[in-house]
Amino acid sequence: MSDASMTTQHALQGQAAERRRRARHAADTRLRLYGIGAITLAIGLLGILIFTIILGGHTAFTQTHVRVQFPLTAESYNAEEPARSNWRGVIDDAMAEIFPDAVEGGNLRTRTQILTNNTQFFVRDAVLAGDYEVGDTVTLEVPASDPYDQLNKGVIKRDTPEENRRLDNDEVAAFDSLVENGQVSRPFNWGLFFNADSRFPEIAGLSGAIVGSFYALMVCFLISFPVGIMAATYLEEFAPKNRLTDLIEVNINNLAAVPSIVFGLLGLAVFLQIFGLPRSAPLVGGMVLSLMTLPTIIIATRAALKAVPPSIREAALGVGASKHQVITHHVLPLALPGILTGTIIGLAQALGETAPLLLIGMNAFITSPPGGIFDASTALPTQIYIWADSPERGFVARTSAGILVLLGFLITMNAIAIFLRQRLERRW
Amino acid sequence: MAGYLILTIIAFSLIAFWIGRSAGNKFVADAQGTTVHSLPGYHGAFVAVWVGLPALVLLLLWLVFQDNVIDSLLLSSLPQSEIAGLTPAQLNLVMTEIKTVASGTIFGEPAPHIMQGAETLTRWRGIAGWAMVATSVCLMLLMLFFTRSRLSARFRARNQFEAVISGLMIFCSVAAILTTIGIIVSLLYESYAFFQLVPPHEFFFGLNWEPQIAIREDQVAGAGAFGAVPVFYGTLVIATLAMAVATPIGLFTAIYLAEYASERFRNIVKPILEILAGVPTVVYGFFAVLTVAPAIREAGTLMGLATSPNSALAAGGVMGIMIIPFISSLSDDAIRAVPRSMSDGSLAMGATRAETITRVLLPAALPGIMGGILLALSRAIGETMIVVMAAGLIATMTINPLDSVTTVTVQIVTLLIGDTAFDSPKTLAAFALGLVLFFVTLCLNVVALRIVQKYREQYE
Repeated sequence: MSDASMTTQHALQGQAAERRRRARHAADTRLRLYGIGAITLAIGLLGILIFTIILGGHTAFTQTHVRVQFPLTAESYNAEEPARSNWRGVIDDAMAEIFPDAVEGGNLRTRTQILTNNTQFFVRDAVLAGDYEVGDTVTLEVPASDPYDQLNKGVIKRDTPEENRRLDNDEVAAFDSLVENGQVSRPFNWGLFFNADSRFPEIAGLSGAIVGSFYALMVCFLISFPVGIMAATYLEEFAPKNRLTDLIEVNINNLAAVPSIVFGLLGLAVFLQIFGLPRSAPLVGGMVLSLMTLPTIIIATRAALKAVPPSIREAALGVGASKHQVITHHVLPLALPGILTGTIIGLAQALGETAPLLLIGMNAFITSPPGGIFDASTALPTQIYIWADSPERGFVARTSAGILVLLGFLITMNAIAIFLRQRLERRW
Repeated sequence: MAGYLILTIIAFSLIAFWIGRSAGNKFVADAQGTTVHSLPGYHGAFVAVWVGLPALVLLLLWLVFQDNVIDSLLLSSLPQSEIAGLTPAQLNLVMTEIKTVASGTIFGEPAPHIMQGAETLTRWRGIAGWAMVATSVCLMLLMLFFTRSRLSARFRARNQFEAVISGLMIFCSVAAILTTIGIIVSLLYESYAFFQLVPPHEFFFGLNWEPQIAIREDQVAGAGAFGAVPVFYGTLVIATLAMAVATPIGLFTAIYLAEYASERFRNIVKPILEILAGVPTVVYGFFAVLTVAPAIREAGTLMGLATSPNSALAAGGVMGIMIIPFISSLSDDAIRAVPRSMSDGSLAMGATRAETITRVLLPAALPGIMGGILLALSRAIGETMIVVMAAGLIATMTINPLDSVTTVTVQIVTLLIGDTAFDSPKTLAAFALGLVLFFVTLCLNVVALRIVQKYREQYE
């Protein structure tokens, strides 16, 4: 009512005011839309990142296998000393049986290349493990080599012109005849988890990297957990407020923000050069990572200690406990869930850290899992880096699959941390 | 050997604890519990800690110095006729050969002095190992008798034990300082060696960076030039690109989350954004190489622009994605720290939310936001994996984001992967670059933390 009368009274002003008001509200809506747009963009980019990795990596979780019967003929198989047999000859015989028209010295060689380059070792291990005579046949499921694996998974497309394809029509036809005979299968790729690294994508796996990362994280935990708790307890509960403790505090905050590669330089110059510790060893990797995790653990522990109410300390002191007893018997156990949460988050960060490990040589090509913390090894992120640098087509999928495994570990660790926080942490 | 020794030390400490505790129990039984100062457990802990700790320290020192001592002894035991006139690098080679022979891998027919050296080395290592065990066990027994003899009913075992623990705690706190000192000293030391070989003014002002020089004499390589300006420049280009991507997205996100979003929306979106910061950088690197760089190249070719396969835009853009959560969460904190009364006042005067944000909240929160941006910039400068995988190796001075540039961290990694000889300028240059990187990021961090802290105090 009053609105209407005001517009009639001040029609001109009212129109201008209305326009101004509209413009101002439009600006408000614009800012809100920018905000929504920014959030959508950020989350969308995260989605694209994860989507492309899953898209590229899911094929590597299966692996094409070919079932082949290997005949043990007298020429190739040495019954007296099986270890000295001509295993390549055995493979040639098997492939010649499957492809009767293949010529020795001609296209038989390309036929044997359907199987992975390491087939001879698979055959050798199977024969040596069993009790075989000349004339027997050994039936094995052997991984197909990378190009045929890609063909089977549809990454190499049959309708691309022959000159642009990695396999020519003849090779494709040979593989198709195997498929028709029902010799080709695509089971889950356990090799991805249980094989060590290899130059051949079809048999390369992450076991060396997983074991190496595990050892490095163990070393990191064993150093940074006790040291972190002790340092945080001292700073929070005992330290007098003076120059030294101020300096320590500033130091810890700054260490948390030092680029990770600088820790790698420190590890190279001090742990490898001065202490003479072995290169590429999970021990050194764990030590470098522990220096990086330490600030995270200290900051988390201090926050957890701060959250324990002073009444608990006073009550314990009141019944005659010493300061140390108050802390070890009462405060630390109450703060433990918070400390563990912080530690797990710190370790998860350490697990994903790559740059310092490159500098201490944990990016070597190593074909067996490390036997201990002194053996040369890779870690999960450095293995991903090595594979990302490899030219073979099959490694692209393996890299993505490796990233998915790494992300799986990270998600698990963070989920444990969140679980601990929600289930065990007490609100006072 | 060391592993068994650690187990021995643990076993000895347990025995020591048991001995100390039974002594304490005996005091309590004899004195009917009235005059004993500490609980029996503290007597045990006191003995155990003084038996275990010195042995552990001895073991660590031994392990650190054993190899160096044996190496120098071995070097002096080699026949003078064989090693006379060898350069340090050649001597190193001889030592390495002796060590590989000693570890059992023999290639061909080693020279007699090598075989002899290997034998001596194996023998000495055996002796050193047993000497280590013997010394540790002696030390532990000695400490056990000494500490046991100090125990008595009036002995303040608890105070003594707690003093040791306090000392340990102080040592652990100082570890943070030791790390910083270790970083600074090692960087300064190696950089000093570098500046002996390459004058500082050439490094800081030279415009030509070609560090791929020969480490061994038989390598084919460039003559070498160590002018780091193009490297610093490339770092700035990529960091600027990253900030150009991250700042607007992060800032608008923070504004929306702080002022417009409902509590529920906030609680869902914030953790999702934090995931961006939690993804390992090697994953971003792979994403940049596999997806972003080809996409940019294709788009560039469509528009008729010459695009490098490892363009600065790909590396910088992906780095920007990684940095979004740093900027958004720090700006969010800064905006929310502005007292409610200020924005309420502005809204009460009839200003719209947008006007309140741009005229009142943002100016008030600016120092906090600046602090966040500086922290993010320091992240961008120090970030390694994305640029190692997606940026170029050749140092060029170009402002074109579609061209390839190199960064400080890329150069550090490429210089130190492969041959590392600590007397070559190629290796040492990496430490000089590391020193610059450390000081630049340190200054950025200190300034940023100072700003954030000061600003927080202002409103508290």
